[in-house]
Amino acid sequence: MEKQLIIAGFGGQGVLLIGQLLAYAGMLDGKEVSWMPAYGPEMRGGSANCSVVISDEKVGSPKVESADVVIAMNRPSMELFEKSVAPGGMLLYNSSLIDTKPTRTDISVYAVPCNEIAETLKSQKVANMAMLGAYLGVTEQFTIDAMMDALRHKLGPGKEKFMPLNQAAIEEGIKSVK
Amino acid sequence: MRQMMKGNEAIAEAAVQAGCRYFFGYPITPQNEIPEYMSKRLPEVGGVFVQAESEVSAINMVYGAAGAGARVMTSSSSPGISLKQEGISYIVGAQLPCVIVNMVRGGPGLGSIQPAQSDYYQSTRGGGHGDYRMVVYAPASVQEAVELTQLAFDVADQYRNPVMVMGDGVIGQMMEPVEMPEYQPRALKAKDWAATGWDGKSRDRAVINSLYIEPDRCEAHNLMLKARYDEIEKNECMYETDYMDDAEYVVAAYGTTARIALTAIRQARAEGIKVGLIRPITLWPFPNKAFEDALPTAKKFLTVEMSMGQMVDDVRLAVNGARPVEFYGRTGGVIPGVSEIYREIVKLTGREG
Repeated sequence: MEKQLIIAGFGGQGVLLIGQLLAYAGMLDGKEVSWMPAYGPEMRGGSANCSVVISDEKVGSPKVESADVVIAMNRPSMELFEKSVAPGGMLLYNSSLIDTKPTRTDISVYAVPCNEIAETLKSQKVANMAMLGAYLGVTEQFTIDAMMDALRHKLGPGKEKFMPLNQAAIEEGIKSVK
Repeated sequence: MRQMMKGNEAIAEAAVQAGCRYFFGYPITPQNEIPEYMSKRLPEVGGVFVQAESEVSAINMVYGAAGAGARVMTSSSSPGISLKQEGISYIVGAQLPCVIVNMVRGGPGLGSIQPAQSDYYQSTRGGGHGDYRMVVYAPASVQEAVELTQLAFDVADQYRNPVMVMGDGVIGQMMEPVEMPEYQPRALKAKDWAATGWDGKSRDRAVINSLYIEPDRCEAHNLMLKARYDEIEKNECMYETDYMDDAEYVVAAYGTTARIALTAIRQARAEGIKVGLIRPITLWPFPNKAFEDALPTAKKFLTVEMSMGQMVDDVRLAVNGARPVEFYGRTGGVIPGVSEIYREIVKLTGREG
């Protein structure tokens, strides 16, 4: 089994972190993983994206071309990467910031109001965690506990006080697609 | 324990574990995490980090530290490596061991900051002036980058010659799980040639120098170096093969490109195409044997690179006219896609794509 993902948005939305957390969770689950950022002239407010591969065997190309899953956090990202979803694949998009609809009919599409969910938790910073939750809700690839382990692994000690808010955002994200 | 690490940081930590205590560098994308990591890490282990005023000074600081017998490293990316070439030639001439990391980006000139493999000629043909060679390692994963970096220090010391670890931007920037191995040093001779102070009697004076003004002496020096390169060719060549047992079509690629090619090869295998992969791990010495071993089943070869075609020359030398050798490349920082390489494999077979 292999899952190839592209996660894209504008710099500052935490799309690279979504990718890292999925890769961490995959590694903690005993899988082979890779995380590769587009490291061009990206900057805060510009576009950012990363490729993640989670696989049972040694990862071949770390650059994802035909994705099982695309996560788009803003409109330019959806316009750029909608075509990268493999037929039968999945597109999750941030409907709080994207006012158009995807045009593909051969893929599953999930609209996730990430910023609205974050708003209800009174922190715009966790919009990415809401999207991560939506992904977990749809795929059931990792449990919430596994994802929180990955988050602790990534952020390191001393960040425990941020855990409840992040967990709440993930839970609300899961609910949004149920 | 496996941990997720960025290639650049993993290389830096691997160097520290292998006893590297001196790092001299100058910032350039996509290798900045190496000096960044070293600036924090080396003081923790009693080492020294210096951000030099230029790549030229950095490589000459490497010359100094290596001359004093220290384990020392520098890193840069293509334009910066070009600046270091004079110093590298002097380091070879003075028989000094050191490790040089090149995270290759698009060229020529300032080029782009994206991944490339267009420094193959520069690295494998010497790069600076004079007759010389150096071992060039081309890791294809973060784990392999760690292992090769540690090996690089030992090989440099053993042969008293610089060793290059050449990644592309992807190897430096991507994160993968890494198991930091316990460093297992080779049995190496003491550095009795190092300039560490002289008491006037217990040994010859240590002189770190690359000037041999008499042509006969300079030729003798070159012949001695050549004998060492012959030893390296005999002992240090590394490569990996996949699906080569019955391969009628052979893809040759290294670094990240080999990873992408492997995915394309798995797809082609699923379609019944008998295709395999030869992945040189040392670009010099080049694994000629892997290509000779492929000949009994191979009909055609395809070299894929992030360049306009550089390693393909070595593949053609290795195949020596026995089979056709085709080439596919993207350049300037563009990474070839799986589907592009797949199409090239199908083209080799003469089937409709």
